[in-house]
Amino acid sequence: MRDVAILGTGMTKFGELWDRSFREIGIEAGFQALVDGKLSSHDLGALYLGNMASGAFLEQEHIAPLILDYAGLAGHHLPAIRVEAGGASGALALHEGYLAVASGAYDFVVVGGAEKMTDVSDTEASRIVDATADTEWELVFGATLPSLWAMVARKHMHEYGTLREDLAALPAHDHLMASKNPLAHFRNKVSVDQVVNSGMVADPLGLLDCSPLSDGAAAVLLGPMESARKYTDTPIRIAASQIACDTMALHHRRDLTTLDSTVFAAKRAFSQARRKPADIQVAEIDDAYSIAGLVALEDLGFVAKGEAGAAMRDGRFFGKGTTMINASGGLKAQGRPFGAVGVAQVVELVRQLRGEAKDRQVSGAQVGLAHNVGGTGATSAVTILERAN
Amino acid sequence: MQHSEAGIVSYGVYVPRYRITPAEIGQVWGVDGVAMGQGLNIERKSVPAPDEDTVTISTEALRVALARGRIDPQEIGALYVGSESHPYAVKPTATIVAHAVGATPSLTAADFEFACKAGTAAIQTCLGLVRSEMIRYGVAIGTDTSQGAPGDALEYSASAGGGALVIGRENVIASVNHTVSYTTDTPDFWRREGQRYPSHGGRFTGEPAYFRHVGECAKLMFKQAGTTTKDYAHAVFHQPNGKFPRRIGTQLGFTDDQLRYGMVTPRIGNTYSAAALIGLANVLDHAKPGERILVVGYGSGAGSDAFDLTVTDAAAQYDRSIGLPVQQYLDSGVELSYSVYAKFRGKIHMGEA
Amino acid sequence: MAIARFWRETPRRYNLGGSRCLVCQSVYFPPRTVCPTCSTHRQSIGKMEPLQLSGDGEVVSYTVVHEAAIGFEMQVPYVLALVRTTEGPLLTGQVVNVVPDEMRVGLKVRATFRKLREEGPAGVIHYGYKFAPREEAEAGPRAGREAEPAPAHSPDVSRARA
Repeated sequence: MRDVAILGTGMTKFGELWDRSFREIGIEAGFQALVDGKLSSHDLGALYLGNMASGAFLEQEHIAPLILDYAGLAGHHLPAIRVEAGGASGALALHEGYLAVASGAYDFVVVGGAEKMTDVSDTEASRIVDATADTEWELVFGATLPSLWAMVARKHMHEYGTLREDLAALPAHDHLMASKNPLAHFRNKVSVDQVVNSGMVADPLGLLDCSPLSDGAAAVLLGPMESARKYTDTPIRIAASQIACDTMALHHRRDLTTLDSTVFAAKRAFSQARRKPADIQVAEIDDAYSIAGLVALEDLGFVAKGEAGAAMRDGRFFGKGTTMINASGGLKAQGRPFGAVGVAQVVELVRQLRGEAKDRQVSGAQVGLAHNVGGTGATSAVTILERAN
Repeated sequence: MQHSEAGIVSYGVYVPRYRITPAEIGQVWGVDGVAMGQGLNIERKSVPAPDEDTVTISTEALRVALARGRIDPQEIGALYVGSESHPYAVKPTATIVAHAVGATPSLTAADFEFACKAGTAAIQTCLGLVRSEMIRYGVAIGTDTSQGAPGDALEYSASAGGGALVIGRENVIASVNHTVSYTTDTPDFWRREGQRYPSHGGRFTGEPAYFRHVGECAKLMFKQAGTTTKDYAHAVFHQPNGKFPRRIGTQLGFTDDQLRYGMVTPRIGNTYSAAALIGLANVLDHAKPGERILVVGYGSGAGSDAFDLTVTDAAAQYDRSIGLPVQQYLDSGVELSYSVYAKFRGKIHMGEA
Repeated sequence: MAIARFWRETPRRYNLGGSRCLVCQSVYFPPRTVCPTCSTHRQSIGKMEPLQLSGDGEVVSYTVVHEAAIGFEMQVPYVLALVRTTEGPLLTGQVVNVVPDEMRVGLKVRATFRKLREEGPAGVIHYGYKFAPREEAEAGPRAGREAEPAPAHSPDVSRARA
C-alpha cells in the first residue's frame, strides 16, 4: 500500500440552494478540486461519489455516471461509483477512493459527496433521512433520528450527570465558527440560552440541537504521495482512513451512550496513523445532534467516558485546549447535506492544515481528524490527515 | 374440570382512558351541557386515543378474559366481534383480534353488526355452537368507538369500550339458563353506507323502539323461564344513556338495588355494542354464587336479546386479579377539552399532506 | 403499498415473537437466524428456537417527541422509549396512557396493542405493540399462554387535562 495525498479540494456553498440543481453543485465541487490540484481530467482514473438518497430526494438513481456525464467526461469512459452509508456516505466514498489509490489500482481519483435535500418538503426529507435508522423496528413505532438521539441524551444525562446546557454549548460553538465560514448554511451566532430555549423537537433536544437539511457538495482530488508535489505545494497525507460498523438499531447496542463503531474506527485509525488524540489540533466531529458531538468526543478518546459534559463547560475543545473541534461550524452550522458531509469535513481539514482557513484558521494545525456517522452509529468513519512537511 | 350447562367461562373489559363531560361539549354548541348531562344521566363519556379502535379494544378485553380463565387461545373455535364501528367496511375485525390473541388459524371468525346488540347476538351464536359441541370455546365481543354528529344529542353519549366473553361448558362461572329474542323492523336509528355519522328518529327512538323491544323481550323471558323480577339479584339493560335503563327497569318492577351494578353508562357513556356486556361484567365482578342475573340487550333497527344467567360456585375461584375491575374504569380517566377530543376523533378537517 | 412488508411481521408486532439460542440461551427480538453472542456463530445455525416475550419491561431511556414522524402527527406529543424486557431484549416503542411528566427511567411497563400506522384513509391499518405503565393491581399471576402479553391500562385517578 502506498501513501495517498489530497491534492485539491472543492466545495459549494451549503444551504437551501433553490436555484441550483444536483448536477450543478456536483460538478462545481468536482471541478474546483481538479483545478485546485492542477490535474488534467485526462489523467483521472475514477470518480467516487458519496450520496445517500438521490432516488428518494430527486427520483434519480444511477447518479455517479450522471455527474461524470455533466462534467463532460462521459467520453473518457471512466468508472464512476456511488457509495451509500446514510450520513457517512461521504466518508465511505473517501475510504473507497483512498483504497483505490493506495492499492495502485488508480493513480488519481476524485472523491465527491453531494446531496440535494430541499426539493422535497421538510417532513418528507425527515422521513427519508430517518430511514438511516431501522425502519422495521424503530421508525415503525414513531421513532425519528432526533428522537433516537434524544434517548441517548437522556441516558447520558441520567448516567453521567450531563447538563442540558452542556449539550447546548456545542451548537453555540458551531454557530460562532460558522459565522466565519462563507460557505456555511448558518452564519448567525446563537447563545447557549437560545439553544436551551429553542422549540422542542424530542425532549431534551430542541431545534437548535439538530443539524439542518442542506443542499451542498464537496470534493477532493486524491493521488499518490510520491508524485504529489508535481500538483501542489502543500500535499496533505491521508495518515489513516478507517470504517467500523455496529448494530443497525440503537436498542441492540452494547451501551446506549457509546458508539462502538466510532470507538473501533478511532482505535484503528490512531493505530494506522501512529497518533494519539493529543496529537490532533483540528477535528471535525459528527454533531448531527448536539449529544452526538459529546458522545463522539468520548468515543474518539479525546475525553474519558462521561466527561464530555464537563469538557463543554470548560470550553476545552473550543480553542482553549490542544484540539479545536468543528472550525467549519460542524454539521450543526456549516450544514448537513448528508452524502457531502464526510467529504466536506476533509475539505475543511485540508484548508486548515494548509493554513488557508482565513478567519477561522487554527494556528499551528499539523494533524487533523474527521469523524462521520451514519444513522445512530451503525457506521462510523475516522480519517486522520497530516500536513506533509 | 367441571362440566355443566353452557355459559360464561371468562370475561374481560377494556375502556379507553380519556373522558369528556357534557358540560365541555355543550359549551362548544351553546347548549347547557350540565342540564343535558343531567337529563341523560351521563356525567362523562369515554373517548378512544387516536391509536385505538375496535380492533385494539377487542384485543385488550379478550387478552384479559383469556388470562383470567387460563384459556389456551388455540382452543377457541369461534370468534365474533359485534360492532357498528369496525375500522374496515370490508375486512373483518375478528381475524385481526384472533391473530393478536394467538387463536388463528383453526377457528371460524366473523364480524356482526346489529346496531347496539351485535355483541349479544354473538353470545347467542356462541351458545349454539358450544351447546351443539361443534366448538369448545366461543368468543363473543361487543365493542364500539361510536360517534354522534357534532352538536347532535348523540354526541353527549356516544363513547368507546369493549367487553369480551368466553363461552364454553367447562368451569362455567355463569351458566346461561335461557335466552330469547324479540325482533321487528323499526327504523329508529341507522347509518347509511358511506355516511360518517348515524341518523336517528329523535323521540321515535324511545317508546316504539327501545322501550317496546326491551320491555317485550324481558316479558318473553319471564314467561319462558317462569320467573318474576324477584328471582333476579341483578338486572342489566342496554343503556344508551343513564335514563332509559332505569325507566324500563322500574317499569318492569326492578329496584334500584337490582339495577345498581348493571348501570355503567353514567360514568363512561354509551359504549353501544359493549354497553350490556360491560354492565354484565360489572355485575360479575360483584355477584355471588347462586345469584341470578337478567340481561336484556337492545339494537336499533330493532331487536332485543335477553339472557337468564345463574352465577356458579366456580365464580368464587375465578381469578379477577388480572386486568382491571369495571369499577376502576368507572372511577378513573383523564378529561379532555373539546378541541383535543375533536382532534382525537377525526372531527377536524386536515389538509392534504 | 407496503402490505406484505407489514403483514409478514405480524407474529412479532402482535405477539412479540422473538428467538432464543439453544447454544448460549441468549434471547433476541426480533428473532434472528444466527446468534450474535455465541463465540462461534455457526454453532447457532438451526438452533435458534422461537420464544415469545411476555411484554413486561422497564424503561431504560425515553423522549417526548414533539416533531412527529409522518403519520404520527395526531399523537403529538408522544412518548418514545427504550424498554428492557424481562427476557432481556431491549425494544423501541411508544409508551401510551401516560402524561409526559409521569415518565421516568425505571418505569415498569407492559406491552399493549394499538394502531401503529395507517396507509392513508383508504389503505391498510397496521397494528402492533406499544407499552403502557404497569398497574400494581395487575401484578397478579399471569395466565393463559405463557407468552401471551396481557394488556396494560393506566387509569389515572387525577383529572388532569390532557
